Amino acid sequence: MENQHILAERAAKLRYLVVKALHGAGSGHPGGSLSSADLVSYLYFYKMNASADRANDPDRDRFVMSKGHACPALYAALAMKGYFPEEELWQLRKFGGMLQGHPDMREIPGVDMSTGSLGQGISAACGIALAGKVDGRSYRTYSILGDGEIQEGQVWEAAMFAAHYKLGNLTAFVDYNGLQIDGDVHEVMSPAPIDKKFEAFGWHVQMIDGHDFNEIDKAVTAAEAVTDKPSVIICRTVKGKGVSFMENNATWHGKAPNAEQYAVAEAELAAAHDKALKEVECK
Amino acid sequence: MSKVATRMAYGEALCDLGDKYDFIVMDADLSGSTQTGQFAAKFPDRFFNCGIAEQNMLSVAAGIATTGKPVFVSSFAMFAVGRAYEQIRNSVCYPRLNVKICASHAGVTVGEDGATHQYCEDLAVLRTIPNLTIVSPADGVETYAAMETVLNHNGPVYVRLGRYAVPTVFEKENYKFELGKAVPICDGDDAVVFATGIMLAAALEAKDILAAEGINISVVNVHTIKPIDKETIIKYAKKTGRVVTAEEHTVIGGLGCAVAEVLSENAPTLMKRVGVNDHFGTSAPAGVLLEKFNLNAAGIVAAVKELM
Repeated sequence: MENQHILAERAAKLRYLVVKALHGAGSGHPGGSLSSADLVSYLYFYKMNASADRANDPDRDRFVMSKGHACPALYAALAMKGYFPEEELWQLRKFGGMLQGHPDMREIPGVDMSTGSLGQGISAACGIALAGKVDGRSYRTYSILGDGEIQEGQVWEAAMFAAHYKLGNLTAFVDYNGLQIDGDVHEVMSPAPIDKKFEAFGWHVQMIDGHDFNEIDKAVTAAEAVTDKPSVIICRTVKGKGVSFMENNATWHGKAPNAEQYAVAEAELAAAHDKALKEVECK
Repeated sequence: MSKVATRMAYGEALCDLGDKYDFIVMDADLSGSTQTGQFAAKFPDRFFNCGIAEQNMLSVAAGIATTGKPVFVSSFAMFAVGRAYEQIRNSVCYPRLNVKICASHAGVTVGEDGATHQYCEDLAVLRTIPNLTIVSPADGVETYAAMETVLNHNGPVYVRLGRYAVPTVFEKENYKFELGKAVPICDGDDAVVFATGIMLAAALEAKDILAAEGINISVVNVHTIKPIDKETIIKYAKKTGRVVTAEEHTVIGGLGCAVAEVLSENAPTLMKRVGVNDHFGTSAPAGVLLEKFNLNAAGIVAAVKELM
């Protein structure tokens, strides 16, 4: 894949903004925002036909953050794409601020569907994909699910629906970071084997490293070629990716870093971004 | 008086509106009962059966609606609302999407299927959700007339429909539906009955019984439960000083409570609520249940007399 270094730089910046916003908010969900940051970056800075000047274009590609608590990653991407000023990120979760704790399509430019209650976003994504088929629209619908989220029964109702109506214009990702609030997903309520479950429901299934842009791009491209089935790309990811003390630690599912922790995180993320920027400049 | 179930008028209205408007209809394996099957036969490309998966259906409908296309979803009230309550709240009402939840088999007139299917709490549950408009039509004519308004209303709407054939109160030619307006049907000074759904016919029957005894009541049709028509409720409470509400629904949280809320804040008036008195239903023919639970003219007459 070309331009990988550019994407890496965008993702590094996105992570920096995510953690800064969460620190400012004093609450929120860094773990899952950081594990899905590369997927969100790939979609918004490379793949999706979506831009701020065509926010209401009926043919724009759609994105539903089904694991709505990972919205800081989405918000950062939208700010970086110019849907709203970056300063809005510092109002995350604050009274009077636009950026709600979970995505609100009515308040936030660029958000295609309000989500937050787990399991509902993927159904909505099915509806968006179905409407596209009914109207003969060219857009594609993308959605990111959490690995804990797929414990919700509604996800499997949606899985049945998408396969039944042959929603080949739908690509879902499972952010398989292995952790949920109460600990290891396999100990809390194992969703494994995730691939075989989706296969049994009639989906086209791929498993990749969710931090490798080459693999993401290959899988997304392969998914597009399958037109008679919905596609799911199960992405092995690291919860809290990019901040040393947050990585693979379930306690960082739903809390913001304090001042001391933020200083460490900020330094790490700034360094990573500087490094990524240098690589862009070298190429 | 001819009788028709409100769900039948709903099915007919969908078919007629389908000629004129672009929208999608969805059902959860009850299209034969809810009457969306009529639409499915006429417009197969615009009908999607979701199978027995109401939660998914409500959120799929929300997704479709984000693209600008209104969606009607139907199932039994118990499952469309009771099972999918949270999807209605979070997927549909919070983002104010154009999803029209038209649920049939509300109330005890489901009949023989019994308590698990007789949903008498839908109005109570839904009245608390912001952005949702709630319509509870009295007969087939009102249902048919309401549907175009429901479709064109910008935002989510719940329409409460029944399985049971009920007396047709209104004349099709002269009927005009105005969302949010309670409609006085007759004007008496001794008491007012605010009725909704199939209890309107019972209230009109009660009016004749009471008139024969020299008691003249007003009957007001409250087809829109939310937003409730405060002005008309206050006006008729003040005019008569005695208020009865009648609904095929629990007395907790439905029309009776909506009226009590309005009056206690604006014009405190002694009132009686006719409805299901905080119990589950049971298996029996619908007509038997209406009688056993006093959801009839006799129940309304008794309530009015208690206030006299």
